[in-house]
Amino acid sequence: MAIKFDKVSDGHFQLDVCGYVCPHPQMYTKKALQKLESGDELVLVFDNPSSGESIIAMCETEGNDIFERDEGNGSTTWKIRKG
Amino acid sequence: MATDTIMTKPGLLAHAGGYKAMALVALVTILSLGLLANDTRWIYLLVYLWFGVAYGVFLQYGRFCMASAVRDLFAIKVPRMAVGVMIATALFSVTAGLVTISGYSVFHPHPLGWHIIAGGLIFGFGMIFTGGCASGSLYKTGEGNMGSMLVLLSISFSMALFADLGSWSNNLAPASWATSALEKGMPESLTVTDGWFDLFTAGYVWNQSGGTVADMVGTGNIWVDVFVGNVLLTAILPILVILVILYMTTYRKGYIRRNKLETLGFGDEMRGIWGMITTSKNTAIAGLGLGVFAGLQMWATGALREHYEIFNFGELLIKMGYTEGLSIQETVFDPGYWYITTQEAQLGGWVMSLFGRDVTDNIFFGLQNGIPNPLINAPLLMSVGIIVGASILALSRREFKWKVPNMETATFAIVGGALMGIGARLGMGCNVGAFFAAVTNGDLTGWIFLAGMLIGGLLGVKAFNMWLNRKTAGDEFDI
Repeated sequence: MAIKFDKVSDGHFQLDVCGYVCPHPQMYTKKALQKLESGDELVLVFDNPSSGESIIAMCETEGNDIFERDEGNGSTTWKIRKG
Repeated sequence: MATDTIMTKPGLLAHAGGYKAMALVALVTILSLGLLANDTRWIYLLVYLWFGVAYGVFLQYGRFCMASAVRDLFAIKVPRMAVGVMIATALFSVTAGLVTISGYSVFHPHPLGWHIIAGGLIFGFGMIFTGGCASGSLYKTGEGNMGSMLVLLSISFSMALFADLGSWSNNLAPASWATSALEKGMPESLTVTDGWFDLFTAGYVWNQSGGTVADMVGTGNIWVDVFVGNVLLTAILPILVILVILYMTTYRKGYIRRNKLETLGFGDEMRGIWGMITTSKNTAIAGLGLGVFAGLQMWATGALREHYEIFNFGELLIKMGYTEGLSIQETVFDPGYWYITTQEAQLGGWVMSLFGRDVTDNIFFGLQNGIPNPLINAPLLMSVGIIVGASILALSRREFKWKVPNMETATFAIVGGALMGIGARLGMGCNVGAFFAAVTNGDLTGWIFLAGMLIGGLLGVKAFNMWLNRKTAGDEFDI
């Protein structure tokens, strides 16, 4: 259940924080987004609903776009484009 | 918002989780009816339980958590939860004011002293690592989070152990505390000069005084005293100032960028503040519910005390034939309003007594709160109710999921929980008892506890970031 942050291809990254609860998912997401360039995409996989609401607010404040949301079976996958 | 999407999905209960939620409601209802069939006086205990269920539902709905509020503000500059908590506090102050005017308020102001800010600081530092405050950990346990349950256990036992510190800790207290404690003339069985927490309580806390702002206003007109003193001056005005500060320091920048504003008039600023408040809609709705129910609980318990002609549940327990676990005053912890940590300490103390430890020779258990069997500990059943209420809503929203903590999360839960427990006992409550219930009833110590919590929270975020940076300096985040 380790946190996984991978570069899938140029400009495409994936962060999996499943199994982690507050405050880890939002703080790792912030850290991952800091590593990306503007326009890069991050696929974020998490399973802690309350972190999701913090991440939405964080993206709104920082101008990052959550452009695809998939509420899967037990976990959530969001695609975020860095603003 | 994701939550809204979930809430408006058709067939909220027509799925496995929904059926489990309904079964849970049925189970608590049947148990309650069984108790009432046994003796109608159990209604006193059931009021606590069912108000707990209501709190659990609202907490889970609004994800109402002071740890999120403080941490998100400092760590990721998101004010959403902090705004929600402030709205909830303002609304609860109005209902609490009405209850005070009706004469059914059971609130007691806290003594003012350095212990409030120190307690808040330690509590605030710990809760950053556990990921939940005292009430947040209860609702998250109800969502199936076993890490949060570990936090609750750690809080319970750290408080019990702290209140029961042995003779070795006497030298850590100033000599003046022992002199002052002796002057209180307490029964010898309490050994008030033995143990740091006893010395702290009898030799220091009892020398401090407290009061409400309504008492200070003191015009003699209860409506003016309560609504000007407790509601307006203590709660609403400070909250308005805090909301403006939150807007200016966190929300405004994104608001200007999203709306492509170049110059901002007064109307734009007001719309911005309103936008910030509405992004916290769920938390604010939860706050309204919590405020209304917290007020109603004070009223219901006050009315039941009048009906049974008692001041404390201990008296009713004796009438019903239960005499074990009472304090030497024949009382038990029975605040009559929303409280979290003291009953968790009682659970810790009760378990310790099962293992042969006599905890009744200290003031906290022996004189003030007792260690009743958890099954007849009314405030503890309120906490159980919170877990059940949160489970009911989480199951029906398809958000219930068993989560077992890994070693890192479990360590944070135990260490952070222990700090929260120590902070709660020093500060005489947690984010609910020492802040929420205090500020809303005109007790300024609540703001002091919050100030301590914020300082502790800020230090906690810094420490957590150091941990995170150290951890991500390796391969894991090195891309």
